[in-house]
Amino acid sequence: MSAVSDFPDWGDPNSPANSYRLSQHYVTETIHETSVPNMVTAVLADYRGYDTMFETVVIFTAGIAIIGILRRFGNDDKDAAKPTLYTKKPDLIIDTTCRLMIPIIQLFALYVIAHGHHSPGGGFQGGVIFGASFILLAVSRDLQAAQKWVPEKRILNLAGIGVLIYAGFGLGSLLLGQNFLDYAILHKIMPATPIEARSHSMLGVEIGVAFTVTAIMFSIYSNLASNGSMKEGL
Amino acid sequence: MEIFEAISAKFNFWIYIIIMMIGLYAMIAKNNLIKKLIGMSIFQTAIILFYVSIGVKDGASIPILYHDQVHPEHHDESHGDHSAHSPSTDGHDSHAAEDRYLPELVVDGNDFANPLPHVLMLTAIVVGVSTLGVGLAVTQKVYREYGSIEESEILEMIKSGK
Amino acid sequence: MIWQFDLIILVFLVITALISLSVKDLLSAAMIFGVYSFLMCLLWAGMAAVDVAFTEAAVGAGVSAVFLIATVLRTSRRSSD
Repeated sequence: MSAVSDFPDWGDPNSPANSYRLSQHYVTETIHETSVPNMVTAVLADYRGYDTMFETVVIFTAGIAIIGILRRFGNDDKDAAKPTLYTKKPDLIIDTTCRLMIPIIQLFALYVIAHGHHSPGGGFQGGVIFGASFILLAVSRDLQAAQKWVPEKRILNLAGIGVLIYAGFGLGSLLLGQNFLDYAILHKIMPATPIEARSHSMLGVEIGVAFTVTAIMFSIYSNLASNGSMKEGL
Repeated sequence: MEIFEAISAKFNFWIYIIIMMIGLYAMIAKNNLIKKLIGMSIFQTAIILFYVSIGVKDGASIPILYHDQVHPEHHDESHGDHSAHSPSTDGHDSHAAEDRYLPELVVDGNDFANPLPHVLMLTAIVVGVSTLGVGLAVTQKVYREYGSIEESEILEMIKSGK
Repeated sequence: MIWQFDLIILVFLVITALISLSVKDLLSAAMIFGVYSFLMCLLWAGMAAVDVAFTEAAVGAGVSAVFLIATVLRTSRRSSD
């Protein structure tokens, strides 16, 4: 607590963190170097691409770890003996409302992913919202109803594909003779200038992140809600 | 009176430390495993709050460029004072290369908040929720084994049973 | 950042943090933790960190509260402290 008096003043533009050359460079040069108005997305997906890629891997690992912790392998009889939490009656109001809301939520999630360059948003937020729409389906109906749309195998495939899309953009620039995740060289296989290629590659990377986050969020929920058996939700 | 001024000048940081200590207390002293996890999340958000508050600048906007700055050809259609953003003189235009996007646009560094802490903390939040999920999964596993999520009861069972 | 607004939200943050840690019913603790996350999201929106606020609104107030509720319903709801 004695360190509080050493902190910079509130909102000081000349504090060490704000006047550091790297931050200033991100603010002033992002638009020239990447043609993306949203600096947060540009720094997230381009300048700090390694960071974000391994954050995605961390999320993927967490999802796998939860399945490994909770899943019972083999003995199904002990699971079936457990009494159900309560019997679920179909409710007209909840059913109709969720049927209306879920497509709108998914459309909004796609907008957030695709428009992350120009407004707040991006892969993480859009992925979480997209996963929340499946969670809403599982909460309002049953876990089985959601499993019909997104079975577990497809979910895990999606999560892996997301990481691979991200790594694929990195490897693509590696193959074309640049550093890993240096998107500017990708203009050779895209109909764009090098600067626009960075912007378009960021969109691709965000889509990869969104795949993984969507899949893992729904996977974590369905494992936690069914105690690992994936049979019956809340 | 001096100590009152010292606190009130930076009251944000004092409250961050209070929230952080609440989280630390819950992680150490609470008996219930879910309470411990809530305490962990509170600790985490307090640290994220501190990092984000470092990037605040007085009078700065959100770190997204204005539409008029990015699309200067729309100047005549929309009415307003676009001259408000006059080119600053901090010498950034000295190295104007020919392959820059919108080379005539000059962005003043003090007009926008610092994006670097935002980026670092954005990923930290999403990783935080997945660690919370792992913690809850471990809690469910413990409940399956011992039939309780109270730490004292679990310790009792471990001592007496094995 | 308006400091009055800031101070009110910070005081509410401390209050909700204390309540969610002291309430005996774990389901209410999870709900109040959602309120805490939403107040945190308001604070970040005031600090011009819109991306962080957006993430917290989706993750903290939405998904992590749902995870907590799922676990509470699958384990026990009572808490001794």
